[in-house]
Amino acid sequence: MNKMPFYKRFIYNQKLAPYVFTAPFVITFLVFFLYPVISSIIMTFQNILPGRVEFIGLENYRRLNDPIFFKALGLNLRYTLWTLAILIPVPMLLAVLLNNKHMRAKNFFRSTLFIPALTSVVVAGTIFRLMYGELPGALMNQIIGLVGLKPIKWLRLADYAMIPLLSLAVWRWTGVNILYFLAGLQNIPPEMYEAANIDGANPWQVFRHLILPMLKPTTIYVITISIYGGMAMFTESYMLWGGNRSPNNIGTTIVGYLYRKGFEENNMGYGNTIGVVLLLIVLVVNLLQLLANGFFRKEKDA
Amino acid sequence: MKQRARHITILQILLFTVLAVITLFPLYAIVLASLKPTTELFRFGLNVRWDLPRMSFDNYVYLFTGQEGYFRWFTNSLFITLIQTTLTLFVSCFVGYGFAMYNFKGKNLIFAGVLIVMMIPLEIILLPLFRLMLGIGLVDTYVGIILPFIAQALPIFFFRQYISGLPHDFLDAGRVDGCSEYGIFFRIMVPLTTPSFAAMGILVGMNSWNGFLWPLIVLRTQSKLTLPLGLASMLSPYGNNYAVLIAGSVFAIIPILTLFFIFQKYFIEGMTAGGVKG
Repeated sequence: MNKMPFYKRFIYNQKLAPYVFTAPFVITFLVFFLYPVISSIIMTFQNILPGRVEFIGLENYRRLNDPIFFKALGLNLRYTLWTLAILIPVPMLLAVLLNNKHMRAKNFFRSTLFIPALTSVVVAGTIFRLMYGELPGALMNQIIGLVGLKPIKWLRLADYAMIPLLSLAVWRWTGVNILYFLAGLQNIPPEMYEAANIDGANPWQVFRHLILPMLKPTTIYVITISIYGGMAMFTESYMLWGGNRSPNNIGTTIVGYLYRKGFEENNMGYGNTIGVVLLLIVLVVNLLQLLANGFFRKEKDA
Repeated sequence: MKQRARHITILQILLFTVLAVITLFPLYAIVLASLKPTTELFRFGLNVRWDLPRMSFDNYVYLFTGQEGYFRWFTNSLFITLIQTTLTLFVSCFVGYGFAMYNFKGKNLIFAGVLIVMMIPLEIILLPLFRLMLGIGLVDTYVGIILPFIAQALPIFFFRQYISGLPHDFLDAGRVDGCSEYGIFFRIMVPLTTPSFAAMGILVGMNSWNGFLWPLIVLRTQSKLTLPLGLASMLSPYGNNYAVLIAGSVFAIIPILTLFFIFQKYFIEGMTAGGVKG
């Protein structure tokens, strides 16, 4: 064995091979993930000026008592709650209807509803920015005009800011979430529907006692990515308001504020503090959600 | 009973037809707007009026003849997407194979890393990651866009699952035949996993083609911008360039839409890859 040239010993070494295979991940994880996360946390205790770094303890965390930060936090929280309230039940119901054996042209409808997901947020945001234009002739104002409402300055008033944001999210994500739920529905064996039929279950009972429990893993997954996506939402706002500024900060998001502090105002310490808070919120909310849904319990049973 | 089922089916088809129309309506509106002079937009806002005598492909012609460099952004995006997708697929498959085929010390610890990356929003490390790029001189380069995300968690997870489902016998068979560990991967494994490359390739490729936040931070030079960045730069405080913005947006969807109609099955597989049986 030792007679072999070095490179041959290397490529035939079975003990070493798994470490070589996983090395690209380990290296990128350490350099481009772990190191940034740790330096991000360290920077939250610092005031970073060009050429000078000073330790300022918890000062950056005290600065979080900042009306614009709370406004941004509120926007992402409301956005997340609304997307959860709409983008879980509606796509689930549509997937159940689409999965019905009497339904026709399933693939056509599935594909059509999926098409918006192919557009980038930039393109979709451009379309919605124009649809929600403030001129009386702009599309949304024309539509509400049909039922006798006066034109609205959608992107200028805090009361209406959620509508363009949400409709954009619903437009882009309904089709994707339908796909997730359809995939989940394929895990229900047809015999179970037959058994439910023989037992005389009505459609609501079938939904409540068969479909809903069977869709639970999919639902947990969709909730998890929705919380993640909702709290980190940024590009949607950036496109709707044409940049990182919105009148009175009605469209400012947490990531947008982090971007503003860190890059535009060069305040790395405070910017990172916003990032760390975002991280904590996403982790805690998702952990609570997973606990409430019995995710960890189920893992143990299985 | 049959009669009733038929009524319900008709109602369902009706419901989905209405939803399909609503879904396609914004796209219809933007395509229509792209065919009209942009002065229309300033005067009336986005609308769906047909105005045949004034409609033309002028905006599209302007896309490729104007000064904004649309064609440049388009080819930049194409270049980045191709490189990033190829590298990410290859690296993720390589790593996924390691997780699927071997048992080794530290495996669980390393795999926990994959799960953590999947659960933490990238947005929170933007600032330190940017500083790192600045430190190693990768700001305003394509390497800076591609390198940090070359070993992505979701594709690794996907390939690990996929390869775990394949028979393990060939590993020993390959060793008996005198293949090296890497020879087994390249000569036996890669051909076997090719079918699964399509779905993942579409997922990674779409994210790359549509990527916004990270390229926004890394790139500086106007001529290096990607398509989404170039389009977004048309929204400026000094007036928006709607000819490029609208026609350019429509034109940016076309490649993806074309691929979608050809490879629908893989799109759907790719999109649901993360959701199946966690």
